[in-house]
Amino acid sequence: METDRDDGRSPSQLRPLSCARNVLHRAHGSASWSQGDTKVLAAVYGPKAGTKKNENPEKACIEVIWKPKTGQIGKLEKEFEMILKRTLQSICILTLNPNTTTSIIVQVVNDDGALLVCAINAACAALVDAGIPMKHLAVAICCCLAEGGYVILDPTKLEEQKMRGFAYLVFPNSVVSVLPEGLSHVEGEPMEHGIITSVTHGVMSVEEYLKCLERGRAASTKLSDFLRRSLQSQLPSDSSKAA
Amino acid sequence: MGVPDASGDLSSEMEVDAFRHLFPLRYFERHLSESIRPDARPLGRARDTTLALGAVASAHGSALAKIGSTTMLAAIKMEVMIPSTESPDEGCIAIDFHMPPICSPIVRPGRPAEAAPVISKQLSDTISSSGMINLKELSLVSGKAAWMAYLDIYCLDADGALFDAALLSAVAAFSHLQIPIVSLNDDGKIVLVSEEDEGAKLEKEPVNKEKRKLKLSSIPFSLTCILHKNYILADPTAEEESIMETLVTVVLDSSARLVSFYKPGGSFLANTSAVQDCVALTRQRVKELQEILDEAISGMEID
Repeated sequence: METDRDDGRSPSQLRPLSCARNVLHRAHGSASWSQGDTKVLAAVYGPKAGTKKNENPEKACIEVIWKPKTGQIGKLEKEFEMILKRTLQSICILTLNPNTTTSIIVQVVNDDGALLVCAINAACAALVDAGIPMKHLAVAICCCLAEGGYVILDPTKLEEQKMRGFAYLVFPNSVVSVLPEGLSHVEGEPMEHGIITSVTHGVMSVEEYLKCLERGRAASTKLSDFLRRSLQSQLPSDSSKAA
Repeated sequence: MGVPDASGDLSSEMEVDAFRHLFPLRYFERHLSESIRPDARPLGRARDTTLALGAVASAHGSALAKIGSTTMLAAIKMEVMIPSTESPDEGCIAIDFHMPPICSPIVRPGRPAEAAPVISKQLSDTISSSGMINLKELSLVSGKAAWMAYLDIYCLDADGALFDAALLSAVAAFSHLQIPIVSLNDDGKIVLVSEEDEGAKLEKEPVNKEKRKLKLSSIPFSLTCILHKNYILADPTAEEESIMETLVTVVLDSSARLVSFYKPGGSFLANTSAVQDCVALTRQRVKELQEILDEAISGMEID
């Protein structure tokens, strides 16, 4: 039982990724991210003067607005907003711009599975595009658990519905730094093995979850390389814009 | 926080209350380094938990759960509905979580709490994916009539670990649920049989004579932990939640399968050992909660 996937991918093969930055010219930063047919557009406005509701003299505030493809925003979207907000809060350096609000608007263009994951990646690229100070990047991945304990990565919508359970995992990307090795290791594990965010659906055993973690980590290195490459390749055009 | 060292020297000469308010994080860390929490609990212990079934007389099933001072009131109202064509022999459960302004100073009147829809969604995800309730049991007449269970959970006091208390109250309300008797009338419609008629001779045979209780299999229980540096604090209070922001909620069912591992962001990362520690703490907690639930149920039966 090697491959049973409809699109002929191997279990740990991701769909084709694409990332474009600076796609909206009115926003301070924007990015579009797509994984196969799932596509999300993210725009960042800010840091701007804090509104009364969000004012905090010690920290910058992050606000996430989720725009679904059609219709009104419901409980599901509220949950996504909250998860996205908390995830982005943990990777941004909030103490640099106290008393400000940064808005991230996420527009779903098309949903074909792994939507939240796609939105997190898009928002992260848009924050980079806007020049918001960050500790590190976050890479998100969706692991699906098929019958018999197989783990498949980056499911389509159809696969997501068929499967026994799935986990959205967010890892920090590997930091390329001049710091000595020891600093990026926590208790013998490299920093990028820690989970920033984890959301699971469906029942699984603890061992199966740990297996998902392991597969997710392996794939997140590939994703984080892609993210780094696509952010670097667009740098020259960025400096010309500034000039 | 910004000045960890400056506050270190002040702690010996400042009043405890002032220190707590000026350097809340430092105050907690001083406790944690002694493996104790300000409310005298060890790090891994949850607060005292009580459960009372049948708190609302007008509902078909209800429960009041308290974890420390976090209080949740859950009540279920059953109504007959026409099942959808996709699942003609299944009932339905609608879960709503309410946070009225009385529950916390953070919630302001007229402005709905941000956390409420999120917890509501988490609850319905957990209850549906745990498979605790077989929706087929809620069916009355296939394709014609089925039960719709409206579960409303009111947060009366929000003092941390809201999801844990809400899930406990929801589970308890379902185990207390007594499905009303209904019968078919002459027009083929479902009518409720009132309590007085029950003793009298019924013209029509009730549709659901036997199925008065739901069978609950693999009941989910949860534990919320805070990750802070190398410390793991079980069952945080609202104060702890506001100071240390990395929360992890683990839901395990009674056969120790993982229903949900929920960590929305937070500044500390969960590495594999932290994941395993949280799961181990939850395993212990599931046993405690299972006992508390069993005790509450057997207490009801004696009455």
